[in-house]
Amino acid sequence: MDNRICEHVVLNVAPTGRSVTITVDGRQIEAYEGEPILAALLASGIRINRYTVKRHEPRGLFCGIGQCSDCSMVVDGKANVRTCITPVKEGMVIFTQDGLSEKKEAAS
Amino acid sequence: MSVKMIDVLVIGAGPAGLAAAIEAAKLSASVIIADLNMKPGGQLFKQIHKFFGSSAHHSGSRGIDIGRMLLNEAEEAGVEIWLKSTVTGIFPGGKVSIEREYDDRDAELVTLHPKEVVIATGASENAIRFKNWTAPGVMGAGAAQTMVNVNHVRPGNKVVMLGSGNVGLIVSYQLMQAGCDVKALVEAAPKIGGYAVHAAKIRRAGVPILLRHTIIEAKTGQDGSVCGCVTAEVNEHFAPIPGTEETIDCDVITIAAGLKPTMDLIKLAGCELTYDALFGGYVPLHSEKMETSVRGIFVAGDSTGVEEANTALDEGRIAGISAAEGLGLISETEAADRRTEIWRRLDSLRMGPFGERRRTEKNHLIELYHESVKEQKAFA
Repeated sequence: MDNRICEHVVLNVAPTGRSVTITVDGRQIEAYEGEPILAALLASGIRINRYTVKRHEPRGLFCGIGQCSDCSMVVDGKANVRTCITPVKEGMVIFTQDGLSEKKEAAS
Repeated sequence: MSVKMIDVLVIGAGPAGLAAAIEAAKLSASVIIADLNMKPGGQLFKQIHKFFGSSAHHSGSRGIDIGRMLLNEAEEAGVEIWLKSTVTGIFPGGKVSIEREYDDRDAELVTLHPKEVVIATGASENAIRFKNWTAPGVMGAGAAQTMVNVNHVRPGNKVVMLGSGNVGLIVSYQLMQAGCDVKALVEAAPKIGGYAVHAAKIRRAGVPILLRHTIIEAKTGQDGSVCGCVTAEVNEHFAPIPGTEETIDCDVITIAAGLKPTMDLIKLAGCELTYDALFGGYVPLHSEKMETSVRGIFVAGDSTGVEEANTALDEGRIAGISAAEGLGLISETEAADRRTEIWRRLDSLRMGPFGERRRTEKNHLIELYHESVKEQKAFA
């Protein structure tokens, strides 16, 4: 599934960053360097970023501008990274977050 | 940890913050803007539609172009912009802590000691609660707009929009431009909230507008993310009428239910507040200089009451001029003259059925400031 916009009547949607690979829950996906991690995930059809601490309910994109923290994930070993305002770097290792650490099934 | 002294710290690199920084820097203040986002421009770069208004207010220009123009101006004026930088605290004595370059593993906490601060933190979207409103796939209309217009990805394919104000109407259209299928626009009121010209565009595209309806539930699939939307008709008290439920097949529900000023830092700085329903919630009291009840702390843009980019720009200019005045970089008379000119322009912008109320309210807030703030608190 690819949710990238390839044509647009107003905007130039040609990618500006170089194409790189990042790893999400052990799976490799394509991304563009410098785009928000969240955008790369959505492009690959990944909509769940984390599960809540108490009830383990799924959360995903909600505000998209770094205010709500619902898209937080574990990025290169650091939890609570707001993926909507953190740029992609080559080789990033990302995990779905469960509570305050990486989701167990995802890590194995 | 070293403490860096500067003239003006501007918090937020949206239209208000950029304009404030530009004005202050042009009057030769040393200015740093801190913003938590990856790019400057605030929400301007997601506004790809043409603005209304007079030529003094860039009518016919798209937000995205105004954004580029401001960035050039800021660069020419020598403004330093710190991106990916979250302001984490404003302390007594006037020190401000900033987590700089937070995506860097060696991110450092920097302390600035500015003589003046302009807080232009903007606004955040309101949510509407219905069953499963927290499920992945339910999001702010502005969030969806950011994804398609800035990041060039679709948040999903089939969208139901809640709210028919200008944001709901414009974002519905922009989602269609991005290739999404907008299944319906749901509005609890008996009439469309935004401009007819925007509504006509999405009507022509065949999107049903369900007036007197609301969303009562997001249907979720096995993974817990959205796979449908249950609407219902509402009665005159906006309560759903049992038996009128209908399910729409969708994977995204966007909520366009207005915004509220982002007040965290303004509160932290100890500025006196008032509640203002028209402007979206608690707002700081401020003078015609855009100065708050704390001396040396200025505000501008949506964080002083939710409006739009052009009013934010002009308020920012006023705040920048006033900050420079506080530093003695411009004479009181000249600063006052320039402010008068901008206020006149703002008045002409705050016209029409929506604007007139905001103009009256803004004046009321300034009166309230002078009534209740007898003596400003010290900051720096």
